[in-house]
Amino acid sequence: MASSSSNKSQKNAVNTASELVSGKRLRASDVAPWMFLGPALIIFSIYVLFPVLDSIWLSFFEWDGLGEKTFIGFGNYVELFDSDQFWTALTNNILWMVLFMLAPPMGLAIALFLNQQVYGIRLVKALFFFPFVISQVVVGLVFSWFYDPSFGVLNSVISFLGGDPISILADEDLVTYGIIAAGLWPQIAYCMILYLTGLNNLNHEQLEAARLDNAKGFKMLWYIVLPQLRPATFIAIVVTVIGALRSFDLVATMTAGGPWGSSTVLAYMMYEESIFNYRMGYGAAVAVVLFLIMDIYIAYFLWRMIRSEK
Amino acid sequence: MYPRPIEKASAFTNISYRVALPISIVLWLLPLIAVMATSVRSLDDINQGNYWGWPSEWMLIENYTQVFTSTPMFQYLLNSLIITLPAVAGCVALSTMAGFALAKYNFKANIWIFATFIAGNFVPFQILMIPVRDLTIQFGLYDTHWALILFHIAFQTGFCTLFMRNFIVGLPTELIESARVEGVSEFKIFWHIVLPLVKPATAALAVLVFTFIWNDFFWALVLVQSDEVRPVTAGLSALQGQWLASWQLISAGAVVAALPPVILFFTMQRHFIAGLTLGATKG
Repeated sequence: MASSSSNKSQKNAVNTASELVSGKRLRASDVAPWMFLGPALIIFSIYVLFPVLDSIWLSFFEWDGLGEKTFIGFGNYVELFDSDQFWTALTNNILWMVLFMLAPPMGLAIALFLNQQVYGIRLVKALFFFPFVISQVVVGLVFSWFYDPSFGVLNSVISFLGGDPISILADEDLVTYGIIAAGLWPQIAYCMILYLTGLNNLNHEQLEAARLDNAKGFKMLWYIVLPQLRPATFIAIVVTVIGALRSFDLVATMTAGGPWGSSTVLAYMMYEESIFNYRMGYGAAVAVVLFLIMDIYIAYFLWRMIRSEK
Repeated sequence: MYPRPIEKASAFTNISYRVALPISIVLWLLPLIAVMATSVRSLDDINQGNYWGWPSEWMLIENYTQVFTSTPMFQYLLNSLIITLPAVAGCVALSTMAGFALAKYNFKANIWIFATFIAGNFVPFQILMIPVRDLTIQFGLYDTHWALILFHIAFQTGFCTLFMRNFIVGLPTELIESARVEGVSEFKIFWHIVLPLVKPATAALAVLVFTFIWNDFFWALVLVQSDEVRPVTAGLSALQGQWLASWQLISAGAVVAALPPVILFFTMQRHFIAGLTLGATKG
């Protein structure tokens, strides 16, 4: 990437130079990009950029969504940091992020398992990827059913092994793990497909050379293969972190944050406070905290990208 | 090739690999298989605890017919289409233009605008929720298809512009340059030279964005509320609340809701994966 993009920027520099030579052309290509960008920029500003700023602004007000807004400074944040619900949600978010980090290595393991050329392997790969294609609402339904204490698959297995049935989604200590497992299912599938593509593009000469040097097993994977898979690993980690922080759909469909708010996450807490409790300002404050956490990753991603463009 | 091709291994390894594959698929898709099996059972079977045995009677046609006759499932599916198709067309159109501008013109703000689109694509939905809901109400669009269409166009444009820009950057600049020398207008360059070249990329993008928008749940909860406009994700979730005991129907509904993106995926697999793994090989 680094070498190819530096080539491109050289080319671009050449273009600019040739544009500078003829003054008239420079004008046309001065205005043109803004004509092409216009529609996208306008709608993106209205629906994405302005709302981000507006939400930050709103988080300093008390507002029920209809009546007058009252400015209360950092009041919402003070209340937030004092609330148990917030710390439960934040802890759950961290748990999501930590456990979601299992997705890239598990995706890699499945990709290594499937990276063969036997009859029907295309279909097998497609079926493994399946969970990512279906809606998270359906994944949530599927897993609620899977965990059901009276007829779920999981409890059939447990009672077959002689254990007592457990109701994962009604147990305060287990519920978040249960939802995270459901979330990992499509996430692993996504990481798998990233790694399969990465494996397809390995440098064969390096592999052969390493094999001649008698590299095998784990050493081969760690020193020869993984360094070549770095771009795939980077993307896999980025989408996994974002997936973990976006964990709304599954919480909403499987438990609605319950039992007693024990499985809530910041995304769901924000929705609940604003839509059910009509506390828009407070909800906005929750959203701002989530946004700030996400910003760390956004900043890192952008920094990496801009660096590679230059 | 890594790992080493299995054909070179012993016959025993080969056979066990081929046996392990179908077993692993069944284990991996077990939750889904359970739901599909439930969707063809009768209510009696479920009440009597026959979840895993052979169904006492096959209710395939009955259950799936009932989903369409006794619930607004057909309306939900229609709504999803009415929302998704124009939104996909809008995103692809806007982002092809924006991607072209960012890829082939050199101007000061270029990299910053590009960075803004990428950053916007990563923000959590919740930070947009209250203002977007207010805007939608102010525009008089709350609880209409347009509420979702416009928002999806705006939000997905971030990702789509990233995608199109990276694709168009790789196209040869010489062609565009020589057209300019001939005095062809910028718009005609876009229309006659760039557009034909990006067609394969727009197909990949359209397939991917279709799935993203079809599967959206959050905005369907926030921006619409009546059965006449609700897409299938929110509809299914509402039905789950209403038919708590009728698992065979909920399962059938879930299968129906999942079908369109699945069909699209299987027919356009190559495009789909090309879109998703953008950056995985050279990121």
